[in-house]
Amino acid sequence: MGKYILRRLMTALPSLLGISLILFVLLALAPGDPFGELANNSNIPPEVRAALRVKFGIDDPIFVRYVRWLVAMLQGDWGFSFASRIDVDKLILQRVPTTLFVVGSSQILALAVALPVGVYAAMRPYSIFDQIANTFAFIGFSLPTFFTGLLLILIFSVNLGWLPFVYRTDIPSGGWHWYLEYFKQAIMPITVLGLFQAASYTRYVRSAVLDVIRLDYVTTARAKGLNEGKVVIKHVVRNALIPVVTLVALQMPAVFGGAIVTEQIFRIPGIGSLLITSILANDTPVIMAVTFVFACLVVIFNLLADIIYGWLDPRISYG
Amino acid sequence: MAVASVVILALLTSAVVFGPLIWRMPINEIDFTARLAAPSGVHPFGTDDLGQDLLARMLYGGRISLAVGFAAMMVAIVAGTLIGAISGISRGSVDAVLMWITDLFLALPQLPLLLLVIYLFRDFLKGWVGPEGGVFILIVLVIGAFRWMPVARLVRAQFLSLREKEFVEAARALGATTPRLVIRHILPNSLGPVIVAGTIDVGVAIIAESTLSFLGLGFPPDIPTWGRLLFDAKDYLDIAPHWALFAGGAIFLTVLTINFIGDGLRDALDPRKVM
Repeated sequence: MGKYILRRLMTALPSLLGISLILFVLLALAPGDPFGELANNSNIPPEVRAALRVKFGIDDPIFVRYVRWLVAMLQGDWGFSFASRIDVDKLILQRVPTTLFVVGSSQILALAVALPVGVYAAMRPYSIFDQIANTFAFIGFSLPTFFTGLLLILIFSVNLGWLPFVYRTDIPSGGWHWYLEYFKQAIMPITVLGLFQAASYTRYVRSAVLDVIRLDYVTTARAKGLNEGKVVIKHVVRNALIPVVTLVALQMPAVFGGAIVTEQIFRIPGIGSLLITSILANDTPVIMAVTFVFACLVVIFNLLADIIYGWLDPRISYG
Repeated sequence: MAVASVVILALLTSAVVFGPLIWRMPINEIDFTARLAAPSGVHPFGTDDLGQDLLARMLYGGRISLAVGFAAMMVAIVAGTLIGAISGISRGSVDAVLMWITDLFLALPQLPLLLLVIYLFRDFLKGWVGPEGGVFILIVLVIGAFRWMPVARLVRAQFLSLREKEFVEAARALGATTPRLVIRHILPNSLGPVIVAGTIDVGVAIIAESTLSFLGLGFPPDIPTWGRLLFDAKDYLDIAPHWALFAGGAIFLTVLTINFIGDGLRDALDPRKVM
């Protein structure tokens, strides 16, 4: 198992390098020297400006600049934010846990909804339950997250007044009350993101189970006299989950995209809303770093999916 | 379901194409006496915070939202088919490199990159082709550039199986060159799944454009796309909910019908249906 994980890590590295290369080329192609804000300031005399350009290496060949930028990123030297004048890595580290909490809980919610519904629908294909589930799945992934978010705010915050619509990290009280408040403010963002994902996962689970449930080994398991619950959980679902894990991993970029929107609607202080505010403030170092962090998160979750894949499917060799 | 969806989508499309010819209320006439008015006879969809007529704005914005959706889909399909075809017909290293790039693009965080590209290149294109056209080209190209991968994979898979078929062999035996084989024989037979993927892509592209506009980073404020309308409406949810509901409902209805049509096409084109 250790070797297998190591090998997956080795294949994840080239994709991270590729992503960093794409990011850097984009930045280099962009007109107007985004990193050269200081060097282009008209209050600075030309000779100082020339010295600054040499110091930051703006006129060096692009490949040299890429290697230097990559080395700096790897050493944790991410520059400092133009807007808030603090180190980019500190700014991001403050906010990553919130994003991971919201994304993680919404994924758990999505799977908790999608697995039972998808399996049950596939056991009775084209039944009434299946058709209702299918219709809801269609509605679910046709509703963009920004619209469902606004609808929930309209219903539960504006009309009913049950839930707060601004996410706060500085809840004044402590103890039980703190947990209650935290839970209450997290309900809506997690529901919005979770149900959106649940809609497409339900369809994946359903078709994966449908592919498996007709195989001979399932009939054999039934013929041996196993009860239906055991057949479904131990024989069908375990095998059906293999393609589902792959599809969930492929959804990761979309999940983090949805997280950006949700964070923006509910004003959650995560890295998604950091990205939007820094774009509005022309804060290039932060934008680059956040995009790179998102890329890393996607790669890490893909890696995780590969590991789960190896655990689910005994046919994969760890050699 | 799919047939009903075609009808609804056709109605929506003709409404945004021909609607402005019939509903002649200007989109930017400011009327402070009718601020945030609820739907009524004069303003069927109500008005926004400046008293501008929402029906007229929605019809105008719908043109742009739908145009972005279709144009981005075309970009994605052309790029995807090209890359998938090259990859599927050539063996060895070309195929491997192209598929590695495809996998890399699939692992990219699309929305952050979308935002990054628009942030970096917006001013440049604005100066080059004007604010509206520049943003339109940029958004279409970028959304298309992040959506071609599924199409490329589908086309490649089709090519891999089709190029071993007897009719291709027969054509080759008759002396057809590789370009002729690809264009006349393999490509037309591999387009079925591409059409399905393309249909779904229109919906995805419309959502992507609305997301950008909703985040305030899409079209400029004076161009009321549906996402932009929602972005403006979100601060008035408590006093003018109709504003957000109409804009969001339009996006939802369009994407839902497009998804149903894609599903119907898949059923119609896919011979191995599970019964």
